[in-house]
Amino acid sequence: MSKRKEKKAQVEKPYKKKLIKRRKPNRSIGGDIALYVFLALAAFVMAFPIIFAVNAALKPLDELFKFPPTIFAQHPTFDNFTDLFVTMGKSWVTFSRYLFNTVFITFVGTFGHLIVASMAAFVLAKYDFPGGQGFFKVVTISMMFTGWATAIPNYIILNKLGWIDTYWAIIIPAFASPMGLFLMKQFMEGLPTSLIEAAKIDGANEWKVFSGIVMPNVKPAWMTLIIFSVQALWNNKASTFIYSEERKTLVYALQQVQSGGIARTGQGMAVLVVVMIVPILIFVFSESQILETMASSGLKD
Amino acid sequence: MKEFFHKYWALRKHNARVAWKKAKRSKMCYAFLAPYAILFAMFFIFPVVASIFFSFTYYNILEPPRFMGLQNYISLILEDDIFLTSIKNTLLIAVITGPIGYIASFLFAWLINELPRWVRSVAVIIFYAPTIAGNCYVIFSIFFRGDTYGYVNALLMDIGIIDTPILWLINPTYMLPICMLVILWMSLGTGFLSFVAGLQGVDRSQFEAGYMDGVKNRWQELWYITLPNMKPMLLFGAVMSITQAFGVCDVTMALCGYPSTDYAARTIVTHLFDYGYSRFEMGYACAIATVLFLMMILCNKAIQSLLRRVGT
Repeated sequence: MSKRKEKKAQVEKPYKKKLIKRRKPNRSIGGDIALYVFLALAAFVMAFPIIFAVNAALKPLDELFKFPPTIFAQHPTFDNFTDLFVTMGKSWVTFSRYLFNTVFITFVGTFGHLIVASMAAFVLAKYDFPGGQGFFKVVTISMMFTGWATAIPNYIILNKLGWIDTYWAIIIPAFASPMGLFLMKQFMEGLPTSLIEAAKIDGANEWKVFSGIVMPNVKPAWMTLIIFSVQALWNNKASTFIYSEERKTLVYALQQVQSGGIARTGQGMAVLVVVMIVPILIFVFSESQILETMASSGLKD
Repeated sequence: MKEFFHKYWALRKHNARVAWKKAKRSKMCYAFLAPYAILFAMFFIFPVVASIFFSFTYYNILEPPRFMGLQNYISLILEDDIFLTSIKNTLLIAVITGPIGYIASFLFAWLINELPRWVRSVAVIIFYAPTIAGNCYVIFSIFFRGDTYGYVNALLMDIGIIDTPILWLINPTYMLPICMLVILWMSLGTGFLSFVAGLQGVDRSQFEAGYMDGVKNRWQELWYITLPNMKPMLLFGAVMSITQAFGVCDVTMALCGYPSTDYAARTIVTHLFDYGYSRFEMGYACAIATVLFLMMILCNKAIQSLLRRVGT
């Protein structure tokens, strides 16, 4: 060992972590072990159906009906997926069209929601103007009932607008989702006001402050809005608003495959995987940002 | 007295003038708010008003609405047995899955919070995944299939508890419990995320201060320090789980069919679908929607005033 390295090791020694960290106060070892065991069991129960579904999608047909069932596929294949694409490829409306419908609805709906909700959240969080607080209160109350309670009048309104059987029937109402505005506003309140004031003194107008200063600083909140919006739109069957087959969404088409009975079991499992993979992947990659946003999600009195 | 009113009016007038001036100066704010406000009013506020209005009429979209007073509500409560079943089912589901799901969300978030960082993020994904996994709950219809190929049936027959397969999803006795099971599996939703995030934000020094002041174990720590700090998140989580619990329809429709045997798994929302989208009796459907709306708002208000007392 050279002299230099020795010296370095000596210097670093005081900073070395202790092997056994000082335990947090008020924690017993027995309690910790119980906690790990309990959480492991609970996690297994929660994950089991999903693991089972993924594996069932990978099983060849003879394995699917084997009893007792195996949890993990013994000879994983992608047959079910290729079968699914063959089935869908030659259907009346092609698979790519369904996919396009869903991707279009999800993308446009999410993008519009992000812009529209952020604009409103910006002024609600950072400016004091008459009616602002009242409006926000109404938005908070509207989170207290589901979309189902307003589904019928929505249908009547969309019908009057002539949007039934178009993409807009799904996209435009998604712009105004109260959840997105709520989370965005709560997160923006954490931004220092001095940042905005400094930009204003430098001569930026409101739009520039919004697009140049505020939006780049609330990126974690973007991800949160995106995951909630994608989750809602990607899984939207749209069966009540869209009647033409060529405008139906992917989930709706896939459910038809799923309802095909025993012969389609394998493909049905493949459908489950195709539908769930997108929201879960987005969540996995943006988890820390979403949690950062949710930290300010509390309802204040 | 007269003078008092006079003064009061002067004050109100003054206030209104100040507000108007402020509003005039903050035109930009309204411009920013306008796109959202218009869409929100159109698809969230106006529908509530319209729903209440149409609930007093007979309306089937083709003909203009015909006013008929309280007739919809009267037939809803007095004549429609299925609606009463659906209310019973919805309340049963809400009362059982709502609180359990809510408490489980908090419990798991709290326990997860004790884990080291990377285990925590994996655990959050595992617990949250069922909520965002689309229609993954359909897998339960394979577990609970009515013939001998259904895994639960096969398992129970192997052990020897039953000797004939049980029609889990067709027999009205078993439908609701199974739906509740599936709903509970999916109940760690937005509220859960909020709890996880909120728990990480609790100030560490408070725990140490509590230790000095004689907090002895993790339960005391939970009640005296964590819960009071988490109050805003608890309120938010409650809103989320109540909204979810009353809006149940996808799971029951996918598992038990639509309509289900004997209407045993019918919820208010499926009843609404039936009258709204299948029979196009919009007036009647709006009456159902109004009842649902009132139930949800009242329940939310009640739970919120209850939760405000936590930890005080």
